[in-house]
This record gives sequence, C-alpha cells and structure tokens, in this order.
Amino acid sequence: MAFPNDVIDDELDFSDIEAKYRVEFDDGFDNVIVVDGVPIIDKSKLDKLLAKISKEFSRRGAVIKPDDIFVPWDDHSGKTKGFVFIDLGNADAAAFAASAMHGHPFDSKHTFHINRFSEIQRYENMDETYVEPKVEDYRPKEHLRAWLADPHGRDQYVTYRGDDVEIHWHGKPSQCEVAYAKKNWTELYASWSPLGTFFATLFRQGVRLWGGPSWEPQHRFAHPLVKLIDFSPCENYLVTWSHDPITVPANLPQGPEFFSPEDEGNNIAVWDIKSGHLLRTFPTTTYETDDPAMKKQMQWPALKWSSDDKFVARTTPGQQISVYELPSMGLHDKKSLRIEGVVDFEWCPLGDKDKEDAEKAAEAGKGAKKKENMLAYWTPEVANQPARVTLISFPSRTVLRQKNLFHVTECKLHWQNQGDFLCVKVDRHTKTKKSIFCNLEIFRVREKDFPVEVVELKDPVTDFSWEPKGERFAIVSSNDPNLGSSAPGITIKTDISFYQLDRAKNDFKLLRILASRTSNTIRWSPRGRHVVLATVGSSTKSELEFWDLDFTSEERREGQNVKEEWGSGIQQLGSADHYGVTDVEWDPSGRYLATSASAWRHTLENGYAIWDFRGQELEKHILDRFKQFIWRPRPRSLLTKEQQRLIRKNLREYSRAFDEEDAAEESNVSAELVAHRKRLVDEWNAWRARCKRDIAEEKRSRGQKLNGEHHEEEKEEIEEWIDEVIEQIEEEVVD
Amino acid sequence: MRTRLRHSTDPSAQRYCWDIENGHERSLTQIKFNAEGDLLFSCSKDHIINVWFSHNGERLGTYEGHNGTVWTIDVDSQSRFLVSGSADNELRLWNVSDGKCLFVWEFPTAVKRVAFSDDDERVVCITEQRMGYQGAIRVFNLNRDGDGTNRAWMEVFLSIIPVNRAPESQEPEHMFHPIGSKATVCAFTYTPNLVLTGHESGKVALFDVVSGTEVLNNERAHMDIVTDLQLSPDRSYFVTSSKDKTARIHDTKTLRVLKTFTTETPLNSAALAPNRPYVLVGGGQEAMQVTTTSLRQGKFETRFWHKVLEEEVGRVKGHFGPINTIAVHPAGTSYASGGEDGFVRVHHFEESYFKAKPYGDLEIED
Repeated sequence: MAFPNDVIDDELDFSDIEAKYRVEFDDGFDNVIVVDGVPIIDKSKLDKLLAKISKEFSRRGAVIKPDDIFVPWDDHSGKTKGFVFIDLGNADAAAFAASAMHGHPFDSKHTFHINRFSEIQRYENMDETYVEPKVEDYRPKEHLRAWLADPHGRDQYVTYRGDDVEIHWHGKPSQCEVAYAKKNWTELYASWSPLGTFFATLFRQGVRLWGGPSWEPQHRFAHPLVKLIDFSPCENYLVTWSHDPITVPANLPQGPEFFSPEDEGNNIAVWDIKSGHLLRTFPTTTYETDDPAMKKQMQWPALKWSSDDKFVARTTPGQQISVYELPSMGLHDKKSLRIEGVVDFEWCPLGDKDKEDAEKAAEAGKGAKKKENMLAYWTPEVANQPARVTLISFPSRTVLRQKNLFHVTECKLHWQNQGDFLCVKVDRHTKTKKSIFCNLEIFRVREKDFPVEVVELKDPVTDFSWEPKGERFAIVSSNDPNLGSSAPGITIKTDISFYQLDRAKNDFKLLRILASRTSNTIRWSPRGRHVVLATVGSSTKSELEFWDLDFTSEERREGQNVKEEWGSGIQQLGSADHYGVTDVEWDPSGRYLATSASAWRHTLENGYAIWDFRGQELEKHILDRFKQFIWRPRPRSLLTKEQQRLIRKNLREYSRAFDEEDAAEESNVSAELVAHRKRLVDEWNAWRARCKRDIAEEKRSRGQKLNGEHHEEEKEEIEEWIDEVIEQIEEEVVD
Repeated sequence: MRTRLRHSTDPSAQRYCWDIENGHERSLTQIKFNAEGDLLFSCSKDHIINVWFSHNGERLGTYEGHNGTVWTIDVDSQSRFLVSGSADNELRLWNVSDGKCLFVWEFPTAVKRVAFSDDDERVVCITEQRMGYQGAIRVFNLNRDGDGTNRAWMEVFLSIIPVNRAPESQEPEHMFHPIGSKATVCAFTYTPNLVLTGHESGKVALFDVVSGTEVLNNERAHMDIVTDLQLSPDRSYFVTSSKDKTARIHDTKTLRVLKTFTTETPLNSAALAPNRPYVLVGGGQEAMQVTTTSLRQGKFETRFWHKVLEEEVGRVKGHFGPINTIAVHPAGTSYASGGEDGFVRVHHFEESYFKAKPYGDLEIED
C-alpha cells in the first residue's frame, strides 16, 4: 500500500486555517490626531509654527517633536490648509493629547479643535438618514412591596452566613421557609432600606439594591470600596462612605451616575435612589476629641436626614451645621448655621400624627401651613459660656428654646420616635472632675414654651431608650467601679430603671428599678409595652429578660385611665439565655425577638435564635461563620386610626379563626413528623437487613460457621458490699 | 486509690458515675472495654496503661514499659492480649492477666493507632509520617498458639528468653504507605484483608492490605481531621468523629455516609451504643483556643444522638476539659469517657435509659 505522500498542495483547502491565523491589522490611525484651528501660513513661517505647536503640546504633557507633525498644503495658494496631523506614537498618547489639547487657545484668534483621525473616518461613513428610534416594549416591573401582601401575614428576615445570604419567611412553624438564597450576594454585609422596600448589598465596586418577589437588581451605585451606607428615612436617597478617597480613573465612564473629577478626594457620596444619579460628594469630617490618645472618630451617619427627606444636614464640629435642600443638594439659603462649638445635633422625628397632618395638608392644597422641621443641638462649655442645648425650627431658623447647663462633660440627644419628647442625657462631673453623674433633661416638645424637666441620677447612665410611641423610657445605670475599663471577663453590674410620665403631675416619675443586673442593652418592642433587657458582649453572661409594662391594664392603650397603683403593671414574662449573644432585634410586629451571635464579634457558638415576646424559644440555629440577622422593616400601616381601632375591638372574632388554624396546623405537623421518623426508621431497618444478609453470605463463602447462635451469656451476679463509716462515737460507760 | 460515687441529674441518661482519680496524671488518649465489658483499659500521655474494674472503678493493674505518650490500645476478644502504640516508636504486646510485656516492635516513628482483627489473629497499626519517614500501615500476624501466659512463665523461671525473642516476627505480614493525606485512624472490616482508614484531610478509605491499594474512598467524608473511628459489633457500619464538628455513620461496604450528626464543637470521639439507637459524641474546644475558662464555652459534654433520626437526645456533663475518647460497654449498660483533664468517668445507665422510648414505638434494628 502506497502512502499518499504525493498529494498536491493545491488540492487542499487552506482557507479555514488562513482565516484562523490571519493577522488582524491595526488600521494604524489610532495614534494620529487631527488638529483644526491652526493658523494658515506660508512656507516661510512653517518651522516657527511647528516649533510653537510642539512646545504647546509638550507643555501640556503630550510630548511631540516637529517631525511628528504633518502639514497638508494647498498647492494653489501655497499656504497651509489650517489643520495638521500629529502622530503621537501610540493610541493612549493620542487619546491623552486629544483630551488635553482640545479647546486649547493657541493665540487670540486660534483655538485648537482636536479629533482622533479614526473618528473622522467613522463620522464620514455615518449614515445620514434619520432612523426612528424603536420604542421598547413596556416591561411591567415587580411590585417592590409585594411581601406585604403575603396571605399568611408573615415577616421576612435575612441571614448572612459564610458566603450565603438567605431571605426567610417567618411565621408559624409550618410557614417558615427560605424565600430566596444566593451565594456571594454581598461582599461586606447586607442591609434593608428603612421601610423594607430595598435590600442593599455591598461589593467592591459599589452598592446594589434589590427588590421585588424575585429579587431582581433594582439600582446600582458605583462607589468603589464602599464601607458604610445609610438610607434617608423615606428611601429617596442613599449616602455611601468609603475609607478610600474617591479617585476618578481616566477610563471611568461619564454620566450623572458616576463620579467626575471634581469629586476626587471626597469620601461621602449622596445618591438619588430613583434615578441612580449622584447628587453630591463630601469629604469626611472627623470629630476631634481632646484626648490625643484617642483616634479621630468619624460620626456615622455623617449626614442626618430630616424625617420628611426634605433636608439633610452635617456638622463641621466646633463651627457650623450645614443644611442642604433636597433634591438639589444645594446649601439651604446659601449659608450654614454658624454655631460656635457645636458638637452634635439631631432632627426631630415626625410622629404618625404629623405625617397624617402633612398628607391631609398636601391634599387640601397649598393653603394649609406646613409644620416646620425642628432640630436640636448642643454646644459645650467654652470659656465663660455655659454649655447649652438649643431647639430651633427649620427652615425659618428661629430659636425655640434654649437651656444652659453646667459642668457638662458630654451630652447625648434622644428624641422619642413620635417627636413628643426630647431627652438630653447630660453626663456631668463634680467640681473636682473626679466623678461623673448624670442628669436627664426632658423637653416636652408638644407643649407650649417647651417645658423642661430634670431627672437627677447619682450614677452614670450607659444606655437610654424611649418606648416607641410611648411615654416611658428605660435607662441602664451603673455604679460599678469597673465601668469604663473593658477588661475581658469582667461583667459590669448595672441597674435598670423605668420612668413614666405621670399624667396627673405632668412629670416623669420612677416606675420601677431593677437592681444589680448585668443587662446593658434595652430593646423596646417597636409597638411599645414589651421590653427586653439583654446582657450583650459579655463572655460569661448572656441573659435575656422579657418584661411587660402593662401586664394588668389591657386597656391602657384605649385611653381608659384605670386607677391603679403606680408601677404595678410591670411584670417579668420570662427569662432566657443565648450564649454569646451579640445582637438583639425585635421583628417589626413586636411579636418575635431575634438574638444572634455574630462571627464578626467572636467565633463561639455563632448562630441565631427567635423567641416570642414571652421569652419562649421558637427556633435556634447554631451555624458556623454566622454573621448577620436583620428583620425586614415594614412601612407605616395604611389603615387609618379608626380602622385600627375597629380591628382591635373585634379582635375576639378574628382570633377564633386563627385559633382553628393553629389547632389544625399542630396536628398536621405532628403527623408529618411521625411519618418522617417512620420513614427514616424503615429505611434504616431495610438497610440493616441487607447488611446482615451480606455478612452472612460473606462468612459462608469463607467457610466460617455462622455465629448466629449466640451462646447465652451466663450472667455473673457480683455482690458488692460498701461499708461507709458515717460517724464514730466513743462513749465511756461509767458504771 | 480513691473513688467517689456521684449521682448526676441528666434527664436522658440517668446513671451512677465513677470518677477514677489518681489513675492518670495527664490527659487520656484512648479507652477500651474488653469483650465482656468487665474491664476497662485506658492509656494516657503519662506513659502508663491502666486496667480497671468497670463496675466500681477499682484499678486492677498497670502495664508499664512505654517511654512516651501511649496513643492507642486495643484488647482482643478473649481478653488475653493487649496491644499498645506509643510515641516512643514502639508497638507492644502485653499479657492482659499479668501485665507482662510479651513483645516489642520498633519503628522509626510514633504509633498512632492499633486495632485487632475480628478473629484476633492480626493487628493493624498506623505509624506517623515524620522525620523523613512516610506514614505506614502495617499488619502483623500474632502467634496465638504459644500461649502468652506460657511465655511469661518461661521468662520468669528461665529468665533467659529475652522479651524480643518471643515467636512474634519483627517483620510485618503486610506493609504499605498510603499516598496523599496522613492516616489517623484504622480498623479491620469483616472482610479479611480490608482495612478502614480515616485521614487528616477528612477522607475515609478502604485499603487492601495485601496489595496496599486503595479499594474505595470517600474524599469528602469529613471536612477536617478524622479523630476517631468505631465499628458496629458486626463491623458492617462505623461511626467517625472529626474536627469539622460532625460525627457520621458510614456503610462499611460502600463508604456511603448514612447519617450525619452536626454539633458546634470539634469532636474527638464518637461511639455506638449497643442495643439502643444512640451515638455518643464528645470533644470540645482545645485548651489553647479557649480564651476564657468557662465550662460552658468548651462544651465538655458527652452528647447522645439518636443514630437513625439524627436528633440530639441528651447530654452528660462532668469533664473539665475536652473529651478525648469515649467507649461504650459491649452490653450497652454503661459508658466511659476519658478527658484532657486526666479523668476517666464511667457512667452506668439507669433503668429508665433502657425503657425510655423518646420517639414512640419504632423498632430499630441494631
């Protein structure tokens, strides 16, 4: 057999190989720019012109030599044509030169206009006929608040563990399920927007918002290396912060969604959520402490929003508060509030009633006068001036109330969430500055002239918390000498006190003091009444105490003031323990409490637990590398006060239906569980039977006799006597 | 020798418990019941092997001779021979009844695990990979004819036969080097010549000792070091524990994972309870990883899991340090745990343990 070694090359088709290895030629003009607006000259001045052009270019950083310039000539007139070609050597240099020299004033009459040579070609070849842009088909978007329409009325929460982010439904045991799960959904942490509409995740490149039942991406905000984010209260705006100052690389796309060169060096960015546009950027303002050992602290949120999203403000510590108007993000009235020494401020939150009024006013038209925003700030003692807390209204900037304070070390401003009260927690020092004690200055904001009441306490207060929508607050105080020194293993002894507004006397009175606890955290239920006291961040104690403040008076909320003994309604409902707890959070309905031990704090027994409001454990999951648990917030109820009252009145009728559901479910669950167990056992037994058969066969094949006939073990009874001498008494018998 | 009688108040496994004190000065490494369950053998980092009466915790005797941590022991089904492996690079054969050392095998590295075959004829051992030596698995044939007691008698009376001249051979019957991850635990299966191994990578494998080849493996059996491997009485399935905080039951034939028990602490040992459908697991954060000394944190408890339903049924406290080894009485009437704290705790199950049916009338095959 002959080998076909004499095949003629021509017969073979190489076109596929040629196509594959064909060298793609650069069109070679990317490195060339066309400069228009060059003076028209004749030959005699050419050298001078070329020298001047190259000098101008080189001065701006695009180094060229006169040889690189090609000058086209008009042969008829003997003059130049008014434009030149410049070869920059490579495409990057050409791009740089084009951006650097475009619009450059060569002299008073001539300004350079620069185009890339390849672009000129492209524009030349462009089709001039107008093509009607195609209207894209309308794609219906998912409802961002669809989760509120859940037929079981369940709430959602998100968990972040390892690289897995999961969104769960939480309801009755049979209704708990994973709604959505995704690996590597976030690189840092996850967050909900304040009304629960959006789910935010952080990546190296920026923030992404997700929403709707299928969790589709909604918006993206390109802030590289973003570390902190903050939503405005009505979810219209987003603030992002990165430790690394903003840099604008040359290849960054341009547009309203991206940083531009004037943002360089700033850390904070404000974004419009709906359009995705960047509104403004700011540098970080650091809060300087007197103590040089302490590092400069940044306050977060760095920008504070008024609760109607109309204004946002930030302090320049010691100097001013700057208020910006939305949506323009311009400085309001073009000037900041200059306040010597200002340290901190807080906006007054709008209550439900305020919001209703505002809505009504909006419906009624412009005639109704809008309520002004209010903000409170404080200034420390400077020279001969006392420390001062000031309430001002905004935008009129009128001072509503001012109070002078003495011997102040530190103030903290706590607004009640309906904006009814403002408590200023004043840490004061004695004249010798040796010990610290605490005053609570409570402003009653809804009353005329803003009366202030002072609650004086002997001990420093470590935590303060208003009851939401209520007239009560709780404080954690401590006289433990170890307070302040955070040595590991030391648990600070604390006292918890509850105060309530006494309607009769119109001042705040102590309801109950719970002495010598270890609790350091107060968590009120979002609906008020119930409160959980927790010991968080301790390595030895991790108690949770569940309290009800209206145990005896069911009807208090109805406005019927039942005469009863002061403080008798307080009752502990239960106590529990979640080892290593780092976070405690109520669900938005106030029915459940979630506690979690996050791997960000320690690595012992990470995981989370869900309790009901009485302290009964419903679920507990110990999960390695568990990081985060957050309930999905709910927006304000759409029902009017009247509707809500009606529901409360007919609660008994509703509850009958729910009770039936619960009973049905219970029997269902146990039946399922029994069936599941039976299946497991059956599987196991079947497998065991198979195994035994296999072994018997194996042994038979090896010629061993089956040791199935287990010789009955003869049991040996061992009797053991233990003599124990309980007592030895020596008695002398005297005859 | 002092023993204390203690009564514990655990709901699921009520029992009397013996604390064996003054037995070991350092942490326990392995404990083993003999086939009848009347004797309990324990070895420790203090170089000594002890044998105790399991019903009252009285010490019967010691086996002295090792010059390093005794990592592992095993006793044959007739309670005649005991083998032990130690960090002094020796594998020793002992006469159970009089404590005489019958034979010493020497290796270049420490012996980490020993186990008898089901017919008592052979011993498998793992030597460590260290100092340029590969980790090895060796199988030795024991000469059971020359009665151990006989030999001892001869030694005593003639005192001319040195220990290492006993009829055992220094040369292993089979020897091979498993490639890849280090083997940490091993045991014979019911099939002759097949050895089960657990590895540092979390792998569980079956080796043919004659050819030295890996017959079957499950690379992802665990995610971390396999710390213990104990077989069911008929050797058809086995339980492993691992530093990855889980214990698992595997099918010996297929190496398929049948059950998984997930805890929140690294596990050092897992044992099967005969006659009752439970798995006992123990472990704890290692001392160097525990920042503060709270008993709560270390999780130094023996946990009882339902082996079929994979649900935890109870816990027994007692140790002050991690639990290193757990063994259950062959009749299932008691169990023992040995801890890093140097204590062996023997717990006798109460009547209620045998009567309780926490999951209804489900008949479960052993």
